[in-house]
Amino acid sequence: MTLALALLIGVLFTIALYLMMRRNLVKVLIGLIILSNAINLFIFTLGRLVRGRPPLIPAGETALQPPYADPLPQALILTAIVISFGVTAFAIALMRQAYQVLGTSDLNELRDTDIQPRYHPDYHHAESEEEGH
Amino acid sequence: MGDYLVLFPLIVPLFFAILSLFAWRAITWQRVLAVAGTLILFSSGLALLDVVTREGIRTVQIGNWPPPYGISLVVDAFSALMVVIAGGLAVLIAIFSLGSMDEARLRYGFYPLFFVLLMGVCGAFITGDIFNLYVWFEVMLMASFVLIALGGERAQLEGALKYVILNLLSSALFLSATAVLYSLTGTLNMADLSIRLRTTIAPDLVTTVAVMYLIAFSIKAAVFPLFFWLPASYHTPPVTVTALFSGLLTKVGVYALIRVFTLLFLADVAFTHTLILVLGGFTMVTGVLGAAAQYDIRRLLSFHIISQIGYLLMGLGLFSQPALAATLYFMAHVIIAKAVLFLIAEVMYRMGGSFDLRHLGGFYQAYPWLALGFLLPALSLAGIPPLSGFFGKLALVQAGLAQGQFGIVSVSLAVSLLTLFSMTKIWNEGFWKPAPKELRPLSGSMGQRVALILPIALMGLITLGLGLGAEPVYAFAEQAAAQLLDPGAYVAAVIGGLP
Repeated sequence: MTLALALLIGVLFTIALYLMMRRNLVKVLIGLIILSNAINLFIFTLGRLVRGRPPLIPAGETALQPPYADPLPQALILTAIVISFGVTAFAIALMRQAYQVLGTSDLNELRDTDIQPRYHPDYHHAESEEEGH
Repeated sequence: MGDYLVLFPLIVPLFFAILSLFAWRAITWQRVLAVAGTLILFSSGLALLDVVTREGIRTVQIGNWPPPYGISLVVDAFSALMVVIAGGLAVLIAIFSLGSMDEARLRYGFYPLFFVLLMGVCGAFITGDIFNLYVWFEVMLMASFVLIALGGERAQLEGALKYVILNLLSSALFLSATAVLYSLTGTLNMADLSIRLRTTIAPDLVTTVAVMYLIAFSIKAAVFPLFFWLPASYHTPPVTVTALFSGLLTKVGVYALIRVFTLLFLADVAFTHTLILVLGGFTMVTGVLGAAAQYDIRRLLSFHIISQIGYLLMGLGLFSQPALAATLYFMAHVIIAKAVLFLIAEVMYRMGGSFDLRHLGGFYQAYPWLALGFLLPALSLAGIPPLSGFFGKLALVQAGLAQGQFGIVSVSLAVSLLTLFSMTKIWNEGFWKPAPKELRPLSGSMGQRVALILPIALMGLITLGLGLGAEPVYAFAEQAAAQLLDPGAYVAAVIGGLP
């Protein structure tokens, strides 16, 4: 079971990182979503998988007898799910707004904030426009 | 009472964030709340600093769960220092925002976000639980995501996209590393982790986790070669927001690096800390060389943020008491000096109509006091005595020489010179050369103009004060560094009774 999950997590990480390196913003977004799910499974598997042993102290006992399913990774996953839900919602809204305002979802075209305006192909054009006003 | 004080850096920003939400339509009230709230945060930080100096590390166990089962909040001298700096910067930025933030952004929740950001930052400084640190990072990031995009200008949206995607990737790494750490040790409490990692069965895996944390925090702290999101996004929001980010966000990344690499990952210091030292050297050089090519003041200063992060890493990489003390002193210096340069850029923009140095000029002739306000932090960053940067760098260089690390020492000195070069560039282009077009005096009411100028003047005085009064500040930094190098004291304070 652990091996199957490990392979699944590996595949999910691969897909996520591959998508995040694509030029299309929507693919990057889907990559992010898959990444957060891959990590949730990762936390779950690393918490050690135990079948049919809930972390409940049986009647008459005073302490848990190992092996038992560790509840803490599940609490962590719950927190991580809530956080990634909020973050993803924001990312979707941001990308939609960016697509509407910038008119493209191709990351290669989003280079205005990376390079000096001076080296930008439209720079001289923009400059002369400014002076024209 | 002293222990409840630990909660103040969380409760105060939360309380004021909620109050500002209630005052959604009443902008004037939000402004009053912003200044009042940050002042209270700052003073509670000072009170905390005082308690920690007198009585040692203070802790609070949330929900009264005995450690290591619940979340511990821990304030040592380093945390308290960071809360004070964050609070102090918040006060100054809050005052500056009174004059600089436009009505539209205020109507869409600038101040509530400002307080949520502060809560996330302070939470990261005082938590003693590694997963809780992740949660505070997310609180801080979420607020910063909205702040960077608030206003929705073209450049802002584009910058925000890059900022959001890379920071989410960094959070993903952070979370994965935490999962591995939990499976190795079965605990998330940093004090407990510190004990268990010393006697772990898999030291190689611990080093792997350490490097995962190093990468995750290095993205947040904008360390070479993971800094590219910073100059692509930091110059896009209003300068008030940039100044806040430059002072706090990357420094939280550095704080987290210092915390985990002094408390948790000490198994293979020869490898991890040397790696940090090398990264620090490259960060200094690439940052300052990037800055040399810029003409937009905001982009130029953004590259300088990266360069200064390198100095902070240098102290951590050297990993000795004088080096860490120098790093803490440098942190106090750089947060203030960096932020004030951004604020001056905003004032220059308002007078000269541009952020582009080629279109600015004549400020020295027309506004000599503003020129002085620029010169103090600029020379301080370059490391000219008697300003604060000089003592920070001097202490770092001395610590490096004492350990025979001549490589990083010479790099840091050369970078200082280059820093001076790019500060001279701003001076020559922006202040010295004749104005290409007439400078306008600051517009707005008297109150607004005071709000713009007062923080710059205060920060200039702080820079001067940190330099002239270096002795007591440095003595405190040494005490904090000694605490950092003694994880046993941290563990004893949190878990108690154990060695």
